[in-house]
Amino acid sequence: MELSDLVGALAIGLAAGMAGGLVGVGGGVLMVPGLVIFLGESQLEAEATSLLAIVGVAAVGAWRQNGYGNLRLSDAVVIGVLSPLGVLVGTVLANALSERVLALSFATVQVYFAYRLARRAIAPTAPPEAAKG
Amino acid sequence: MSSRLARLAVIATVAGSFSGLFGVGGGTIIVPLLILWFGYGEREATGTSLGAIAIIAALAAGAHGLYGNVDPVKALLIGLPAVGGVVAGTALQQRISERVVAGAFAVVLVVSALALVF
Repeated sequence: MELSDLVGALAIGLAAGMAGGLVGVGGGVLMVPGLVIFLGESQLEAEATSLLAIVGVAAVGAWRQNGYGNLRLSDAVVIGVLSPLGVLVGTVLANALSERVLALSFATVQVYFAYRLARRAIAPTAPPEAAKG
Repeated sequence: MSSRLARLAVIATVAGSFSGLFGVGGGTIIVPLLILWFGYGEREATGTSLGAIAIIAALAAGAHGLYGNVDPVKALLIGLPAVGGVVAGTALQQRISERVVAGAFAVVLVVSALALVF
């Protein structure tokens, strides 16, 4: 592993975590390309490895958000506990698809996500709480 | 099944399949649906989404682990700085407008999408 790759991986990890804290995602959308580009993983390996990294990021992020009063634990747990069917379908599908198709679909998701964020960035400021009286 | 539970189940299933298929947590699905269907505020939605993601990603990492594709050392390499980042990110979120960050994040996403495809 070259030093520049290591620095790249650390930098994209940091960026992924910050993005996760700011917009409420696990940061996988950045960690997957980071693992492919800097750490030489295939698309499928990167997705698998990213998931393990996300667990720590999301757990710490949720803990911090709980401190700010922003975590509704029961809803979070219900969503997590009801997810295995979807997880299984997605995982089997990821392993069945070709690397190329997987990479192209992932890139499409990234661009869609970028579009949503860009809209948020340029949207007019949210209206203030309705003025009383 | 109450309609609330049914909606949570829909969010869970869609986010779970997204997670297993793309190696992400599924927050892209969870955050907007919590806001849209349950009237969550933006910060509550991101906080609750992170809680759900911790569970979903653990399950998905386990499933991918069965296929032998998880590399724990590389997960640590990219995950440790990310844990530092998420602490900074959540603290920042309480203080600043997210507009600039959203824009910068969008640019990084497009660039890395291009790097994956070409």
